[in-house]
Amino acid sequence: MAQQIITAVIAIALAIGLSALFFLGSNYLLDRFLSSDSLSGDAARMKRDNLRESIRPWIFIGPAVLILLVYLVYPVFASLWYSVLDRNANEFVGLANYAWAVQNPNFWVAVRNNILWLIFVPTLATGFGLLIAYMTDRLWWGKLARTLVFLPMAISFVGASVIWKFIYDYRGVGEEQIGLLNAIVVAFGADPTPWITVPFWNNFLLMIILVWIQTGFAMVILGAAIRGVPEDTLEAAIIEGANQFSIFFKIVIPQIFGTIVVVWTTITILVLKIFDIVFAMTNGQWDTNVLANFMYDQLFRAGDIGKGSAIALVIMFAVTPVMLYNIRRARQDEQ
Amino acid sequence: MSSHNSSILTVGGKHLTVFILVALWTIPTLGLLISSVRDKDQLAQTGWWTSLSASESNEFYRTPTAEAQSEQNGQFVIEGNIFDVDQGKEVQSWSLRPTDLTAFAAGDTTTLDDGSQMTLTADGDFSWVSDEPFSHNRGQRVFYIAEVPPIFTLQNYKEVMASEGVGRAFINTMTVTLPSTFIPILIAAFAAYALAWMRFKGRMLVLAMIVGLLVVPLQISLIPVLRMYTTLGGIFGTEPKSYPGIWLAHTAFGLSLAVYLLRNYMAGLPKEVMESARMDGASHFDVFRTIVLPLSLPALASFSIFQFLWVWNDLLVALVFLGQGEGKTVMTAQLVELLGSRGDNWEILTAGAFVTMIVPLIVFISMQRYFVRGLLAGSVKGG
Repeated sequence: MAQQIITAVIAIALAIGLSALFFLGSNYLLDRFLSSDSLSGDAARMKRDNLRESIRPWIFIGPAVLILLVYLVYPVFASLWYSVLDRNANEFVGLANYAWAVQNPNFWVAVRNNILWLIFVPTLATGFGLLIAYMTDRLWWGKLARTLVFLPMAISFVGASVIWKFIYDYRGVGEEQIGLLNAIVVAFGADPTPWITVPFWNNFLLMIILVWIQTGFAMVILGAAIRGVPEDTLEAAIIEGANQFSIFFKIVIPQIFGTIVVVWTTITILVLKIFDIVFAMTNGQWDTNVLANFMYDQLFRAGDIGKGSAIALVIMFAVTPVMLYNIRRARQDEQ
Repeated sequence: MSSHNSSILTVGGKHLTVFILVALWTIPTLGLLISSVRDKDQLAQTGWWTSLSASESNEFYRTPTAEAQSEQNGQFVIEGNIFDVDQGKEVQSWSLRPTDLTAFAAGDTTTLDDGSQMTLTADGDFSWVSDEPFSHNRGQRVFYIAEVPPIFTLQNYKEVMASEGVGRAFINTMTVTLPSTFIPILIAAFAAYALAWMRFKGRMLVLAMIVGLLVVPLQISLIPVLRMYTTLGGIFGTEPKSYPGIWLAHTAFGLSLAVYLLRNYMAGLPKEVMESARMDGASHFDVFRTIVLPLSLPALASFSIFQFLWVWNDLLVALVFLGQGEGKTVMTAQLVELLGSRGDNWEILTAGAFVTMIVPLIVFISMQRYFVRGLLAGSVKGG
């Protein structure tokens, strides 16, 4: 144990030191070897200065661009290529992997579940977030309430899965239930149920976990937007006798609609990649698989590079519209 | 927004609704926390919400054999206490048969078939008295209902840290997280400065790439990068799954958001300060180091909390690029492992889960302000 701590500390120091050294060192070398101080004549100096300063941005941005190219841009094209190869990425098989996926009922279960997640999680998390943000806005203990709702954001998906698996815990009929859900069910006189093994509805039990985590995110962003709604608009509505509900639906929501869309989109992208919760709760059993877990199974259980890549591309394909939209917006902002 | 025309009823309703919602969001974690410090037998027998009240448990005890008897005033006596450890249990009722646990109250005396007499008091002391010498070589079984007071203990944590590999995994997670947080911040800070304040060819292209990569699912990278690591490992004779490998992978997956956040922040810094410094002959590197970096501390803090929480809580990247094994398994992976192997041992799972949560919770609570600021900056364009 002690030895591992020492190794870890040295490794951490080395990693941090080396990356810091790169920037310090390359800037130093650039100034040292392309210095214009030794040159005579303004033209020569100017030329040397320009050369040096046109290299410098690439020292600043080079590592970031290099890492992104190697770890994210290249893999998109590599995956595209692997997805038309066989399980060991040796032989070209055309669209066979995609054809296999389309004909596989498990693929469609995963797609259906992903769609369920996409419909319910962003909507519920945004809805609850909006509700809590609005209701705590002028509450004297609102800050405390918001902190408590926000707290699950710090918890890992796996940790949250343990928390909720404990709530869904099942003991046989007649035994004392230690899971909160079954205890409530029994208190109302019904029989306890092994909830997470009940197909279809178990998907919702898993979704609740992500809603529980993400509501805090939605609440914080939407809370800030609500505070940005102009006071006089609200004052005017109150003078005209509008009640809380119509203020909320007719004034607040239209004013912050852009932010609602952003929050909803952000959670949607997260949901597309959801993996940990299903992995920890059911491992895809009882019809709870989603695409990311289906892909993981193909890759690390079945050892099939072609099929795994094909499914990764399906996920990639689903986020592409958002990606293109973001790029277009960024370009507009720059101009 | 204002409560000018709100009646007391709606104000009360508002408090109640918020209270219920907050309770829904808090109770799951509370249940875990309470359960993790409960005695493991009580945890397995009763719900955590009953943890403050005493519980009843059906138990039995077998008396010693005839060897334990002593002679007192001409009678033969076997004495003792039915509780092996003193946990403050109390006998409610007892019996000599397993079917009828309420046959005798605590303190009652009963006569056995052979004429001997047995007494059991509430504190667990029993005495078994006979006129004839005892000769049995199997003890008499005594069945009883005990009232068990709530027991809170840190034993579960000790067990999890020592024997369930969580202590080791904690260090592994630390080893993954610190460089994976620091390296992307450093790289992103330089890149963000270049994108915000330097003019060069290809700037728009790099910016478009970074914005585009914000939403690319990391699943797409798993296979190609893993194959790349395997190839490199083959060439250099190193493990394909290594700490440097996962540091770089996490760096890459956090980098586009980091550059994006920091660039937006740096672009908003006052232009005049930087231009006058440049006029005085300071190089871009000097401006970055002495002016921009110190001014960007809030944004750097925001992103480092993001990245710290994300890496600390990550499961998938660790499973793929670090794998399992001594000195490698991170806490999330260890917890999933325990869910599989110790799925019914809630004392292990609850304590283990809380150990994985404690550092993120501390970071989160102490730096919530920066975290919120980062969220607000990062979500503006749906990152």
